[in-house]
Amino acid sequence: MTDLSYALFLDLAAGLFLLAAIGVLWRHQLASMIRLFALQGAALAAIVAILGIHEHSLELILVAVGLGALRAAVLPYLAWRALGDSPAEARETRPVVNVAASLLAAAALTLLAYAVTRPLVAMLGTSPASTILPAALAVALIGFFTLVTRRRALSQVVGFLLLDNGITATAFLAAAGVPLIVELGVSFDLLLIVLVLQVLTTRLRTTFGSSDLDELRELHD
Amino acid sequence: MTILLLLAPIGLPLVASLVYAAAGWRPRTTAWAGVVSTALLGADAVSLAATVTRHGPVHTAGGLIRADALSAWMLLGVAAVALLACWASPAYLRAGRTSARRARWYGVLLHLFIAAMAAAVLAGNLGILWVAVEATTIVTAFLVGHHRSRTALEAAWKYVVICSAAIAIAFLGLVLLYSAAKHTGLSGEDALDWATLTGHAHELDPAVTRIAVGLAVIGFGGKAGLIPLHAWLPDAHSQAPAPVSALMSGVLLPVALYAVLRVKAIADPALGPGYARSLLLVLALATLALAAALLIGQRDYKRMLAYSSMEHMGLIALAAAIGSRLAIAALLLHMAGHGLAKTVAFLSSGHILHRHHSSQITDVRALATRMPLLAGLFGLALLALLGFPPAALFASELGIARAGATAGLTWTVVVAYALVVVAFVAITAHTGRMLLGPPPVTATTDPPAAFTLTAAMPLIAGLVGVAALGITLGPVSSLMTAAASIVGAP
Repeated sequence: MTDLSYALFLDLAAGLFLLAAIGVLWRHQLASMIRLFALQGAALAAIVAILGIHEHSLELILVAVGLGALRAAVLPYLAWRALGDSPAEARETRPVVNVAASLLAAAALTLLAYAVTRPLVAMLGTSPASTILPAALAVALIGFFTLVTRRRALSQVVGFLLLDNGITATAFLAAAGVPLIVELGVSFDLLLIVLVLQVLTTRLRTTFGSSDLDELRELHD
Repeated sequence: MTILLLLAPIGLPLVASLVYAAAGWRPRTTAWAGVVSTALLGADAVSLAATVTRHGPVHTAGGLIRADALSAWMLLGVAAVALLACWASPAYLRAGRTSARRARWYGVLLHLFIAAMAAAVLAGNLGILWVAVEATTIVTAFLVGHHRSRTALEAAWKYVVICSAAIAIAFLGLVLLYSAAKHTGLSGEDALDWATLTGHAHELDPAVTRIAVGLAVIGFGGKAGLIPLHAWLPDAHSQAPAPVSALMSGVLLPVALYAVLRVKAIADPALGPGYARSLLLVLALATLALAAALLIGQRDYKRMLAYSSMEHMGLIALAAAIGSRLAIAALLLHMAGHGLAKTVAFLSSGHILHRHHSSQITDVRALATRMPLLAGLFGLALLALLGFPPAALFASELGIARAGATAGLTWTVVVAYALVVVAFVAITAHTGRMLLGPPPVTATTDPPAAFTLTAAMPLIAGLVGVAALGITLGPVSSLMTAAASIVGAP
């Protein structure tokens, strides 16, 4: 791969990665949120694979395959199962912040990500990988934003997963990934967290009728 | 031999967990397997503490598992509280008429929880430490939701979502720290190893390290119940079964703060002591203020204990901010004393809950005349938490105040202790209403089950421990000095 096409592919994958996160804020239907999350998982795997090919690192390419399997297939499947019987009807009806304002917030968060990553980019020097670091951090911020402004249990799960995708991308772009044993532990923990959340979502639905977290108002001071 | 000492704390609870998975929870036999396993864990922690005091840090598995005096101190705390919680569990499950299936899950998850905490304090690598702390969230999620009520489910949901978000933020911090460390030329395996990192801290890029440390402190702080990601704590502590609340409050919060201490040990040489100090001071004072404010009007006694935990974590964060050796020694003593006293308080609150079917303060009246033994233990535990001598918390709170004054933070310490006094008055008033006062006029239909001396034994043991630590440190004083000098500035 030439340097030019390497930078081009990397930019393309990072653009897709960020767009998928913005798409999650834009869509109301939980089913399309999950599809966008799967797309984002594929983009993340592509970023890691491109880095691996560029650095001739078999380990990175294998990690990319594992990441792709987990984040573009297994986790979306688990989230899909948590949707219940009528996936088409599950919608995020009344988010705390409406869609237009959410998209503006996403733009602001992307700018914030540029500001925050400046010292990091300065440390790493300008390279194709370090210039797309802001996109990775922006995804993490958008994920956190989704987590705190959405009311459906499943949209919060998707928000958490976006946050995690953003952090993983940051790890690969800033340091070519954390040590393999840590990466394995992190992926395993993430899988278990999503399993736990899936079970809890199902229980929430059977107990409260819907998984609209507005019903969760019994514990407060 | 050292390898065995280092691996057994993680292995023993895993074995206990397997025993429960295979044989289930049988009241006369396997119910006590947890006690045996945690007693062995305690013995292991004692000999590990002796080893590191005599020979310095030990490690195995290529440095992934590592123990110094600080880890050994934390492991002793984990073992002590776990032993009390396992000892009290059979009585708790019997009183709650728990089904065999749920009791089995309870046994499996409780011991996985203990294994994860032991792994966290013995991890030699910040990444492994992170994985272990995250694992505690996973295994305790269903323990918080054990009672399957609407409120328990709500608490479990909030717990998992907020704690995993907090810990994800901490991971972002670790990723940035790792990137900065790799940039100095450290290899991938060494770049998250805290022993190596602390040694190379002054080479780290300061701008990146500043962001990294901020994120890691806020993230791990959230798991320790510090503002701004504290909202899970009162719900989870009040809904979980009493022995689980005891473990969460007594050791899980300190384990998360232990992670903050390890990060601080890297931050101080890299950025100077001012940065982590001001960050922790803000978090500590905000947490203390919130806990004191919400304690005043508290109507639920389990939530009262939860906010008291936040108050004590605020104090511990204050001690970490001060950061001198005296402050860190006081912090370690405070962790141990609070862990034991809060365990007794939560365990006795579980017994009170079983006898009143309500966690409202107004529903419990004249406990001192109706159930003197239970009331006495609950009252003594709260007196210890309020810092009355001879409890260890008396000495540690004095130590924190003195260290703060020496470090030139007198006014901050004055503000913090004013908030502690507010919390003190609120807790005293609420507890007084529960223990004293006229007995309820309407006689309950069936008299509550008697509180036997057998059920009281773990609680008495915990109180004896708090008092003993307050009177003399005895053989552990050299361990404490060694642990304090690892993190504390000279």
